Amino acid sequence: MNDSARYHAALWNEPLIYQLGRTGRRGLTVPKAEKKIRSNVGDVLSHIPSQIRRKEPPKLPEISEPEVIRHYIRLSQETYGVDSGISLGVGTCTMKYSPKVNESLVKSNKLTDAHPLQDESTVQGILEIMFRLGEFLCEISGMDEFSLQPRAGAHAVLTNARIIKAYHKSKGESEQRNEIITTVLSHPCNGAAPAVAGFKVITLYPDEETGVPDVEALKAVVSQHTAGLMFTFPYDTGVFDPNIDTYFKIIHEAGGLVAIDQANANGVLARLRVGDVGADLCQFNLHKTFSTPHASSGPGSAPIGVKKHLVKFLPVPTVEFDGKKYSLNYDHPQSIGKVASFYGVIPNVVRAYAWILSMGAKGLEETSEVAIINNNYLIKKLLKIRGVTLPWVKSHPRRLQEARFSLEKMKHDTGIGIDEVNCRIVDYGIQKCFTSHEPWIIPEPFTPEPTESTPKEDIDKFVEVFKRISDEAYLNPEILKNAPHNCSIAKIDSTPSRDPKQWALTWRAYLKKHQTGEEE
Amino acid sequence: MPIHPYIPNSEPETKREMLREIGVRNVEELFAVIPERVQFKKSLNLPEPVSENQLRKRVEAILSKNKTSSEILSFLGAGCWPHYVPAACDEINSRSEFLTAYTGDVYSDLGRFQALFEFQSMIGELVGLDAVTFPTYDWATAAGDAVRMAAIVTRRCEVLVPRTISSDRLSVIRGFCEPLSKINYDRNSGQLDLEDMRKKLSSDTAAIYVENPTYLGFIETQLEEIGEIAHKNGSLLIVGVEPLSLGVLTPPGEIGADIVCGEGQPLGLHMSFGGALSGFLACRDEVRFLEATGHRLITLTKTQREDEMGFAYVLPERSMFSSREKSASITGTGTALWAITAATYLALLGPKGIQELAEVIMQKAHYAMRRMAKLKGVRVPLFASTHFEEFTVNFDGMGKTVREVNKALLKRGIQGGKDISKEFPELGNTALYCVTEVHSMEDIDSLIEALVEIASQ
Repeated sequence: MNDSARYHAALWNEPLIYQLGRTGRRGLTVPKAEKKIRSNVGDVLSHIPSQIRRKEPPKLPEISEPEVIRHYIRLSQETYGVDSGISLGVGTCTMKYSPKVNESLVKSNKLTDAHPLQDESTVQGILEIMFRLGEFLCEISGMDEFSLQPRAGAHAVLTNARIIKAYHKSKGESEQRNEIITTVLSHPCNGAAPAVAGFKVITLYPDEETGVPDVEALKAVVSQHTAGLMFTFPYDTGVFDPNIDTYFKIIHEAGGLVAIDQANANGVLARLRVGDVGADLCQFNLHKTFSTPHASSGPGSAPIGVKKHLVKFLPVPTVEFDGKKYSLNYDHPQSIGKVASFYGVIPNVVRAYAWILSMGAKGLEETSEVAIINNNYLIKKLLKIRGVTLPWVKSHPRRLQEARFSLEKMKHDTGIGIDEVNCRIVDYGIQKCFTSHEPWIIPEPFTPEPTESTPKEDIDKFVEVFKRISDEAYLNPEILKNAPHNCSIAKIDSTPSRDPKQWALTWRAYLKKHQTGEEE
Repeated sequence: MPIHPYIPNSEPETKREMLREIGVRNVEELFAVIPERVQFKKSLNLPEPVSENQLRKRVEAILSKNKTSSEILSFLGAGCWPHYVPAACDEINSRSEFLTAYTGDVYSDLGRFQALFEFQSMIGELVGLDAVTFPTYDWATAAGDAVRMAAIVTRRCEVLVPRTISSDRLSVIRGFCEPLSKINYDRNSGQLDLEDMRKKLSSDTAAIYVENPTYLGFIETQLEEIGEIAHKNGSLLIVGVEPLSLGVLTPPGEIGADIVCGEGQPLGLHMSFGGALSGFLACRDEVRFLEATGHRLITLTKTQREDEMGFAYVLPERSMFSSREKSASITGTGTALWAITAATYLALLGPKGIQELAEVIMQKAHYAMRRMAKLKGVRVPLFASTHFEEFTVNFDGMGKTVREVNKALLKRGIQGGKDISKEFPELGNTALYCVTEVHSMEDIDSLIEALVEIASQ
């Protein structure tokens, strides 16, 4: 504990890059075009009509390479990644370790220099990896075909919503079937994405006793308007929903489709395949379950999988193999088209492929096994701490990959809730906890997820720090109210968040609004 | 299962200790929450696991089947462009703190917030707008977000797009907004046909979306006029841009653009088979615009310590994280690491560098155009407008399809331009070529020699 108490984050008080450097400095030399080219083409800029020719150069920093490097290295030091320390508090995000060998593989110029429109004969290697990853994901999910095109979880959910729409359109029922049913404990994209795709969204709430939606509640909203059910499985609460196959049956009988958001797949990896249970569509977040780095919030990657009856609607192109050659096939007249440019976040496709190769079937089994042991161990220990409760603990004492706790009692007893705790936990060198998406149906929520990458000692340390913070809340709440104390900055002034006169999303806006006379 | 190097607690004694603490005899008691009837009881049919050195050999062997820059001279662009990536960019985006962070608050992740604010600031300078959002997936999806924003701001639904748009980008935008109408272009200059545009404008038009440079490579010169026409109609002007061209082209925000979107890949990112794209989105700094985007927005602010900067999210309740289906759009994991890379790139390049780079790109592209234009049977470019780094090359006079030409080029180690004959049947056998600073004069000359040979066959 002494170690944690002595923690202090890097504190550089680093200026904005605009405040560094000096007029005339530069960080990159642009090689001139060959003399012959220059004399051949003359003054090319004079061909740009004056109404569209830039008069003033853009106000970019003027700074040398060593200064740029030092600046961004310092900013990286003031950033807390999975590699930096304990991130097990960040549930639903599956903050597992991203193996270094995979980083080195994606730096190969055989990948980095490949253009997406090169002749297929020259990119057989990368097409092979894409094809094989699709096969692996089919095996892991029980689906029939995958598209690697969606860039992140929400994008995958949107793509699935569009496929559901195309399916009903092909049956002449798209006008009638205009409702998607989801659950409030699903990730918010399961509400937002179908709405973007033009659906009306119906949200089911969990039963107070069981923590999962009641079957009768689902039956009550299913009708001839039902296009499908889209929800996150397993939930962020880590509660296994025992009605899952019943829901699927109800939706199918009503003529709808089932799309499962498997952002939390770590809890059931190699233990349950949603395709076997009857899902029509699903997705995996490669940046969660399949170890690709979270990259400061992207690029992620979220391939979608579908059953045979929906393959014809997948985004184009699909990757195919005729036994000799890999190719890209655009010939799918009923496809929903493209959902983003080209074929997907290819470096993450390679990383995920490499990760599966390094795990094998046994490794994937071990992944969910250790994830569930870690989580239940954490639950056991956290529940011993004053002020911490676990909703639905009686009906669901055991959880899968994660659990959503509540600090309602602590808040009631001390006035200290999760926001204050999150500002304090970082003082001990531990990443803050994910709370919950809104609405907070669990008061003062926090959702840790100790993935298989977390050593037992880290879980113990997390619990120890949490216990200490609980003691502070009950004995010395002031220290929490003013936290953080040991971070790269002190408590922020958040008034600009809501004040158009104050907020500044760019340096130029800041200078206009605040006119502080700072040097430019 | 042998102890796995990525799974610390796969060591059996640790596991036993933890199971004891939980109060179960074995892990099956935990998995008992999954009813028998839905459990997967077989073993997944996957290859046997391999160690790190075997893995490296195996994946490298597959990747080595690719032929890339050292073996092939490529003239492809069309949404993913070959540019030099400074080593400093790779250094910064390989920093494991940036690489492995995710969604921490400003207290743990100050550096991530600051780098992203700097990205917003530099993009704002390039495009001439004061508000820039968190980076999204790519240009096409950023354009999709832009048209949705416009629909919300104007409470209208229809969007006009140029006929010169790429079919892929159009397909993506359609997923975000319907209906769409296409505006014709002048067959001689390629410039947008303003008469046709006026005819298609209506009280339903939320926005006119145009691109500069256009997909077909030339510079659209009528932005200001298009903006005036749009605004008179109560519609917005959205401009899609390739960012390096803004070293020499007027910032769209200064001539009437309400929203600007574009592709960040040219800003220090490798092509990676089209897998390292990053969309940026900028707009007017007005509440009605910011409320219409679901993306995160970072503002500069102060902290309780004197002379200390902090950062915060603006209007956080807009996003789907708070308002679920009431939100205007999807957001979430975007392309933050690529935005940090773009910030590094733009800082290195600086105001002079970006002008010089844009000029060098134009010089080389224009040299290639001039030389190709002299070839028999080749028409370059098809449009009498100024081009940036891409241009149309028509092979009708050679009596060959683009496919045939490209096949013959490939035999000579050259990857020709993108075949757009199907996208634009009215242009005949036409390819879209791209020449940038990475091409040397010898590269361009060898393309010319190869085309001469092919023409004579």
